[in-house]
Amino acid sequence: MSPANFVRAALVAAGIALGGAALAIDTERDFADPALQARYEGITRELRCLVCQNETIADSNASLAVDLRREVHQMIAEGKTDQEIKDFMLARYGDFVLYKPRVTGKTLVLWAAPALLLLFGVLAAVRFIRQRAREADIATDTDQAGPEAGQS
Amino acid sequence: MWKFVVPFAIFTALGAFLFVGLYRDPSYVPSPLIGRPAPEFALPSLQDPSYPVASKELLGKAWVLNVWGTWCGGCREEHGTLVAISQQKVVPIIGLNWKDDNAAAQEWLRQLGNPYSAVATDHEGRTAIDWGVYGAPETFLIGPDGKVLYKHIAPMTFDVWNKEFLPRIQAAQSAQGTQS
Repeated sequence: MSPANFVRAALVAAGIALGGAALAIDTERDFADPALQARYEGITRELRCLVCQNETIADSNASLAVDLRREVHQMIAEGKTDQEIKDFMLARYGDFVLYKPRVTGKTLVLWAAPALLLLFGVLAAVRFIRQRAREADIATDTDQAGPEAGQS
Repeated sequence: MWKFVVPFAIFTALGAFLFVGLYRDPSYVPSPLIGRPAPEFALPSLQDPSYPVASKELLGKAWVLNVWGTWCGGCREEHGTLVAISQQKVVPIIGLNWKDDNAAAQEWLRQLGNPYSAVATDHEGRTAIDWGVYGAPETFLIGPDGKVLYKHIAPMTFDVWNKEFLPRIQAAQSAQGTQS
């Protein structure tokens, strides 16, 4: 590798390594208790920002995300449990606010679909491979039978 | 023959789902409040912050809550419609001024007209969160019993008012009329 290319490769590697950490713009004060801070970070990463709908409220800059982070912060400080905080959000925004939807009648298809599709795919693949193997078997049998077939 | 039918059937089913999906808004979040009691609030009024606007006082008649802000383009778009609707004097329209500046909001109403019987100011956004608001403008219909009957997201139009709000208002008011 030429020196120039090495430098380029090193820069790209550095960019990938350092760019991986997404710095969330979170104006809430950290909790003094690291356990509470861990819960806060966990919950805010499980709630969807309804404005920028493919971001969590931990990552989003939207004004609503700032407000919701403040609410979560306050509720943790008040001693609410994780489930109570999620229920609070569910009551106001519905199932869409959770990144991991609850397993209810409505979301059962959503949860089951990947497994079902995988199962379907595996079954189809097995059938296909078996069929190919059978065809290959028939082909080799005919080959083996070939030179001897003409003999009585 | 099945080699043809099964993939074709799956293709048709998938196609049908996707076709229906074309007509849906993926960013639309349905409200879990429909059919439930409207979240209570008591907020400072825009014109006189020392005077509260309380949702409790609105029990007993149908009313409309419109979430707006001077920073919101869609709110400006729908404002003329709201003013016209308010002149029909069907139900009171209460404004929820969301994350806004009082002076700017008052000036806006002076310039564009005021469809609101009262405007509650929500600077913190706490009440908006209670109502599941995620983007202005949003307009709610609340029944005489205090339950949320309908939520419209995006600017209000006469079409929506006539098709979704008026029939529900009339149904609620006639149900009320039959009770003595």
